[in-house]
Amino acid sequence: MTARPLTVAGASGFWGDRNDALLDQVRSGPVDVVMLDYLAEVTMSILRIKKLRDPQAGYATDFVRALEPALELVVDRGIKVVTNAGGMNPVGCAEAVIAVAQRRGARHVRIGVVTGDDVFERLSELGASGSRLEHLDTGEKFSSISGRVLSANVYLGADPIAEALRRGAQIVVTGRCTDSALALGPLLAHFDWAADDWNRRAAGVVAGHVLECGAQASGGNFAGGWHVVPNLERLGYPIAVVEPNGEFVVTKHSGLGGLVTPAVIKEQLLYEIGDPRAYVTPDVVADFTSIRLEDLGGDRVRVYDVRGTPAPQELKVSITYEGGFRNAAMLTFVWPYARERALRTAELVLSRCQQLGLRIDAHRVELVGLSAAHGPIAPAPAAEPSEIVLRLAIRTPDEASARRFGHEIAPLILDGLPGVAAGPGLGGRPEPARIVDHWPALVPRDAVEPRVEILSS
Amino acid sequence: MKTPLYNLAHARSGDKGDICNIGVIARRAAYYPILVRELTAERVKSHFGELCRGRVERYELPNLDALNFVLHAALDGGALTSLRLDRQGKTYGFALLRLEVEIPEDLEFDILV
Repeated sequence: MTARPLTVAGASGFWGDRNDALLDQVRSGPVDVVMLDYLAEVTMSILRIKKLRDPQAGYATDFVRALEPALELVVDRGIKVVTNAGGMNPVGCAEAVIAVAQRRGARHVRIGVVTGDDVFERLSELGASGSRLEHLDTGEKFSSISGRVLSANVYLGADPIAEALRRGAQIVVTGRCTDSALALGPLLAHFDWAADDWNRRAAGVVAGHVLECGAQASGGNFAGGWHVVPNLERLGYPIAVVEPNGEFVVTKHSGLGGLVTPAVIKEQLLYEIGDPRAYVTPDVVADFTSIRLEDLGGDRVRVYDVRGTPAPQELKVSITYEGGFRNAAMLTFVWPYARERALRTAELVLSRCQQLGLRIDAHRVELVGLSAAHGPIAPAPAAEPSEIVLRLAIRTPDEASARRFGHEIAPLILDGLPGVAAGPGLGGRPEPARIVDHWPALVPRDAVEPRVEILSS
Repeated sequence: MKTPLYNLAHARSGDKGDICNIGVIARRAAYYPILVRELTAERVKSHFGELCRGRVERYELPNLDALNFVLHAALDGGALTSLRLDRQGKTYGFALLRLEVEIPEDLEFDILV
């Protein structure tokens, strides 16, 4: 028997994305599954800080907001919703979903919760005390952060999501899993691809990679033709219609704005990847150099010929740790000698901080409008600019130093150099931000035990 | 003759820890060999100067007429700790497209910048 194609829609690329994309995806045309990605390295760090303040928190609350107005349609049409919004607290997220379902009168909605990614309590057993868990990119020894660790979450794959769906879940909430698993999980549950069908698994991973960043695959953030994307005001998010053999067509709902062309899809395929021959996930190692595209016209791009090789024996763990504090101030200087006065101001603030005995590990002086983003790559301006924004950022080991730095900014209005506009950062005291840094490492696959639980509203 | 890379290619960049990757895509298939010839890892490393303190790797994706550059130690420690305005290297794609590349006199292309 040949299964029918599965239509998977993306509706979130990060925590902060549009909350109405989920409703748009379910009401503007037929879809079988909607996947919503909320997690990035930055997000896990934010969620960790939130959970430290409140044990009930630690998940992407936006998911619950996005789901509520769409819930009736989702339930009526039997659409599956899969998300990693659980973050550091998947059970808390699932309970919030149940509360919304009950408030909306949706009974017996089955919610799958995937846990087992949180290995914080098991770090010593996983090698923290030995020579393992070295930094995946730099090879640094884990011992350099061992006293400052706040959390540890393994990137789980698609199989637990598939299991939750097979057990009847309509909504699946996970903690840390790969973004691509949010698409591959439903594909595995629908098509029953074999565990060693590496090419189809790789195709599913590529579909997930295309959808995981929301509208980046349908005309958002498109460097190849930002001026020709229609109706960014009502941007449609991407959709993959996946065939039983794994090939798929990327498209979007025709009533919404945006653009799906090979150039758009290429930008997203290359987004945040390393060696394209080996895109490593817990489910398969996908070869992005094998991918072929065909422009079918009318916002439809066919993606085919994806190849994969067996899944790795180790999984990536994302560890967060205390990294001190940072603060930044911004001051606007007008013509003439804006650059000179801005640089002199940075010098005097840093000098004051030194006199005050503040502990500053690092600082950065940037001139927004001249060279802040690209430093020495940016050419010198032909004429003196009308204004420049000085951005002065510092990193400190302690919160007090970062806070005290913030108190050095407002007095500059009267004590500092002339010609400063009361722009961002002036008239107030920039607040310190806690740094929760990220440490990627590897753990043996067989040491990780994903768990699936089904709850009901 | 020379032209800014922007006229021949588009790019998207992003972060993984302290690593920034830049996908560079030829606007037309005919430009891909020019990218392969002009955009060596060494040249990209030198273009980014002090912004990239580590090595630069280049990968070819001929099926997509694209190159992927992986810049190590390029984000001041990574988005979570960086003091830079652009913590995640989201603008580094455009930074690379500033590069002037050598092209044949008779090459047809649209002057976008």
